[in-house]
Amino acid sequence: MARQKVRSELRFILNGEDVAIADVAPDATLLDYLRLDRSLRGTKEGCAEGDCGACTVLVGRLTGGALAYESVNACIRFLGSLDGTHVVTIEHLSGGDGRLHPVQQAMVDFHGSQCGFCTPGFVMSLYALWMRDSKPSDEAIDKALQGNLCRCTGYEAIVRAARAISDYGKAAKDPLAVERKAIAARLAALRDGSRVEIGEGDRRLVIPADVDDFARVLEANPAATVVAGATDVGLWVTKFMREIGPVVFAGGLDGLKSIAETDGVLTIGAGVTYTETRETLRRRIPAFGALVDRIGGEQVRNMGTIGGNIANGSPIGDTPPPLIALGATLVLRKGRRRREIPLEAFFVAYGKQDRRPGEFVEAVKVPLPARGAKFAVYKVTKRHDEDITSTLGAFHLQLAKNGTVKAIRIAYGGMAATPKRAAAVEAALIGRPWTEATVTEAMAAFAADFTPLTDMRASAEYRALAARNLLMRFYLETSGGAAPFTVKRHEAA
Amino acid sequence: MNRHAPDLKAATILGGVATDQRHDSAHKHVTGQAVYIDDMPEPAGTLHGCLGLATVAHATIRSMDLSAVRAAPGVVDVLTGRDVPGENDISPTGRHDEPVLAEGKVQFHGQPIFCVIAETREQARRACRLARVEYGELPAVLDVAGLDPDRDALVTPPLTLRRGDAAGAIATAPRRVKGRMRIGGQDHFYLEGQIAMAVPGEDSDVTVYSSTQHPSEVQHMVAHALGVSSHSVTVEIRRMGGGFGGKETQGNQFAALAAIAAKKHRRAVKIRPDRDDDMTATGKRHDFVVDYEVGFDDEGAILGVDYIYAARCGFSSDLSGPVTDRALFHCDNAYFLPAVHARSAPFYTNTVSNTAFRGFGGPQGMVGAERVIDEVAFAVGKDPLEIRKLNFYGAAGDGAGRDVTPYHQTVEDNIIHRIVAELETSCDYARRRREISAFNNNSRWIKRGLALTPVKFGISFTATQYNQAGALVHVYTDGSVHLNHGGTEMGQGLYTKVAQVVAEEFQIDIDQVKITATTTGKVPNTSATAASSGTDLNGMAAQNAARQIRQRLTDFAADKYQVPADQIVFLPNRVRIGNQEIAFSELVKQAYFARIQLSAAGFYKTPKIHWNRDKGEGHPFYYYAYGASCSEVTVDTLTGEYVVERTDILHETGRSLNRAIDLGQVEGGFIQGMGWLTTEELWWDAKGRLRTHAPSTYKIPLASDRPKVFNVALADWPEAHEPTIHRSKAVGEPPFMLAMSVLHALSDAVASVADHTICPRLDAPATPERVLMAIERLKAGA
Repeated sequence: MARQKVRSELRFILNGEDVAIADVAPDATLLDYLRLDRSLRGTKEGCAEGDCGACTVLVGRLTGGALAYESVNACIRFLGSLDGTHVVTIEHLSGGDGRLHPVQQAMVDFHGSQCGFCTPGFVMSLYALWMRDSKPSDEAIDKALQGNLCRCTGYEAIVRAARAISDYGKAAKDPLAVERKAIAARLAALRDGSRVEIGEGDRRLVIPADVDDFARVLEANPAATVVAGATDVGLWVTKFMREIGPVVFAGGLDGLKSIAETDGVLTIGAGVTYTETRETLRRRIPAFGALVDRIGGEQVRNMGTIGGNIANGSPIGDTPPPLIALGATLVLRKGRRRREIPLEAFFVAYGKQDRRPGEFVEAVKVPLPARGAKFAVYKVTKRHDEDITSTLGAFHLQLAKNGTVKAIRIAYGGMAATPKRAAAVEAALIGRPWTEATVTEAMAAFAADFTPLTDMRASAEYRALAARNLLMRFYLETSGGAAPFTVKRHEAA
Repeated sequence: MNRHAPDLKAATILGGVATDQRHDSAHKHVTGQAVYIDDMPEPAGTLHGCLGLATVAHATIRSMDLSAVRAAPGVVDVLTGRDVPGENDISPTGRHDEPVLAEGKVQFHGQPIFCVIAETREQARRACRLARVEYGELPAVLDVAGLDPDRDALVTPPLTLRRGDAAGAIATAPRRVKGRMRIGGQDHFYLEGQIAMAVPGEDSDVTVYSSTQHPSEVQHMVAHALGVSSHSVTVEIRRMGGGFGGKETQGNQFAALAAIAAKKHRRAVKIRPDRDDDMTATGKRHDFVVDYEVGFDDEGAILGVDYIYAARCGFSSDLSGPVTDRALFHCDNAYFLPAVHARSAPFYTNTVSNTAFRGFGGPQGMVGAERVIDEVAFAVGKDPLEIRKLNFYGAAGDGAGRDVTPYHQTVEDNIIHRIVAELETSCDYARRRREISAFNNNSRWIKRGLALTPVKFGISFTATQYNQAGALVHVYTDGSVHLNHGGTEMGQGLYTKVAQVVAEEFQIDIDQVKITATTTGKVPNTSATAASSGTDLNGMAAQNAARQIRQRLTDFAADKYQVPADQIVFLPNRVRIGNQEIAFSELVKQAYFARIQLSAAGFYKTPKIHWNRDKGEGHPFYYYAYGASCSEVTVDTLTGEYVVERTDILHETGRSLNRAIDLGQVEGGFIQGMGWLTTEELWWDAKGRLRTHAPSTYKIPLASDRPKVFNVALADWPEAHEPTIHRSKAVGEPPFMLAMSVLHALSDAVASVADHTICPRLDAPATPERVLMAIERLKAGA
């Protein structure tokens, strides 16, 4: 094996400028870099946890030769994750002639700002939307703005502006579209196949050259913090001020970003972001795809990964319950060795997962529901969008020809210290006719499966009740009734 | 912006009153060029502060070991209460109950007890965590539900309103209902958090850039804490990234500490708390427990009401006195109460000291009033809208006498009948009521609800002295105008509206008027920009200043051109003098050469108002603002989740100065109110620690929460009953309470599970959890 080439500086493009930095702390955030080091103060800090969107910037990245721009939260985005990217801030939008960008002019004309503090973030989110969908539906606008809070306008004026952007200019003539080829070439030139290593000891930052290099680095540094999307680790730094070094950045590795379907099994690389799973899941497992749109805001979905959602072992992670209900398995890798375990076995206890030192989550394998099987996932939150689960139930049912339950897998989040199967409920259903009476009876078995907690999101009593009722909703939706069984903001949703 | 030559032939000026002038900073907001305090270039050597917060709710401080904090990298100083050179107090009402930094004991979880000053903000934050504090814990009062207004500690004297014999009226009424409602608090969640930067000057001077709605109070507090005269302290604010009442008094602490450190170290000091610290350490909307008893007849006409409005004020008085007063002032909402007895109970608790928030207690008062209406409606089995209309104050001038409030002010401008009638028609209430009923009969799991609620909100500070304002207007020799006034810009468009007023007076395009940062050095002794009064007060003061200069110009022109004053007319960008027209700038130049003073200080005080708190009688409000809204919701009875299907609003702002800005206030106020009543839940654990202290846990509305159909209209026919600025009316707070229709629509949907026979008594915020639990109660036949 050839010796791995190593580079000791970070390289990316910031607005129009090539940047190379040799002195980067592993926990340095993009927002602090922009505001403090570069005095680019149009990007604001509202919460420093990826929930308000005031710090929204765009990151352009080459994937498979194509350059795509996505909105991200600069507050929890580590500088180390930006190697080889194009970072675009609000300062880059209006041209040198002082004329406003179409997004900006629409926001002005429709009175889309009041106090103005959230506005640069809204402009950037709408800009990202407009670049990929110049005539967005209201549903698309709502979705693009799930990660942006405005406390003044009530949003109506912003949505009016969003609908009208294309009246102010053509996306194809946007500078980022016009310069796309040139930027792509510059970014391609930054990809030199090197591993990036900066700093020493706990202040060390490593960006592996590829997945094999990642495996080697992690095997040699088992205590390192692995950062993919940083939507969780970012908060360890900004909120808990934890020392996270040394850090290995795995979010940009192409080798972890594949989604493949073979023999009815989807294999999703651990570095695939929520956004990148969306299209496949909506097509192949629609209920799962719809759930993805309720994880974080758009910016978080553009950063956060399936692998990260699993690996951090949170009891309120949203993807493990549906994955468990689908019978997913996890591929863990250490060096060159791989092992595969049922996902539910990975979650050992609160804060404890079956991940050995030097090992990392490489992929998750998701069997598609069999023909005729019914699959649903329901997330219950205080606020519909961009909220953390109070209780989330995933259901995967196969009925026998005679209408009895042949097989059912039910998994919940928010109900225990880990994502967990509802074994007693399943037992109460298997072999029984799939009727309201059976379901009503089985609902009593929840008490044997779960003893939820009371916290700021929900009381134990509510969690228990809503969780039980989700089984009833699943029954109602799978038994062909015509009446609506859920409330919907958008009819298509 | 480059100067453009004014059009001397224009028929109208650009940006006068009653135009949809854009927010003056809109182009800066969208480009990121609008400067908030954290965006200002820091003076060389600027230090950064971070507050050390108490980790228990009520305790004596046995010892505080700050040695590790002091030894941490970059730390320059650690301030404690002993380092306050003047008085260690920032109580805004002079009750001396709120230390800058607590000494000896702590009274809530999150109370600031020390302040680290370091070379960088990051270093200050990290060092903060190294403090070792030993507490002697004391019993903590966290909830007001079990407290007794006659025995338990209050932070400020309570108020009683009394008209007629409420006890007698209730006792003899054909029907009676008694109940209790809990109404949650609310965090302001201004997107720009609290921040202050102090720059030391010579002698005892200091300039403080403070994100505040009340620069004069910050000035007084900083002077007080430094032990210097007010003249040494200048406070400036160009714009806030949202305020909503949360920056009326809550900026004082950060400003005082920044100033103390700046003077001590002779370096600029900036303090910008992290969002979590901001939400933990600063006050919020008061949560209330309302106990009510109402007597009424078989038709649903209210005969008498008795209320106790108990508020969780927190550990200090702050503005809790006037907030709880205002709750009582709105216990009638738009309804005539023939006999009423209402008392407030501003309780001391070991929680953060609650403060001003849009509506200032009024919303809680009104929500209590609407609960009473609901109770009556369910008791007599009628649509709540019928009961609402039955109990409205008499229409202005109808002679029926049903026009006196619980505080003995006569309602002279009532237009709620017409507002509600127009909305009821335009939103097709009756047809939708029937359709929803049919839908619910056919839908076992999903239920719909509908409600139409009115708003009548009193305009003026109830502290009469605050109803004054000053402005400073300079006209430069090129005809451009410098405008300054005591109001602050927090996004509400005040600067724009006042500039429109000045442009209108001089008849010059609005871009000839430069809006400048609010500073205590230009206009002194200002009132908070609060109580919806910003435009009413500052618009009038600026108009007064402009008129003084215009009068001097008129007198000058009459003299110079030898024409009668009535032949001098200010036309767009020009002045007609007799038979000739000259540019405004030309007249100004001539006036300068003739040594005419081209600068004026304007002043305004609201007429008519007075208030005797001891007697509970007076005329505290100059006028009332009216509006109504109708909301329809869909509720999932399995989970309590819901969607707002449609909201229709008809609101009035008199003869609007700027309908675009007013519309933004109505839409934004409604959504903010909806958040308060639905998903925004403040949750303290058993130890008194706030656990919803960031947007990850505290959920304000998103774009996708707004009503699916949102029809908002400003009534085009009302004009202010009083001679307000161009007959416009205040718009900041009143629309907030339009959101009550969402709470009541949810309640209506919940009621359908028991066929509208039981009042759901849905408390606020009506989270999906509260909705589901109410459904369960009704199903069980509560």
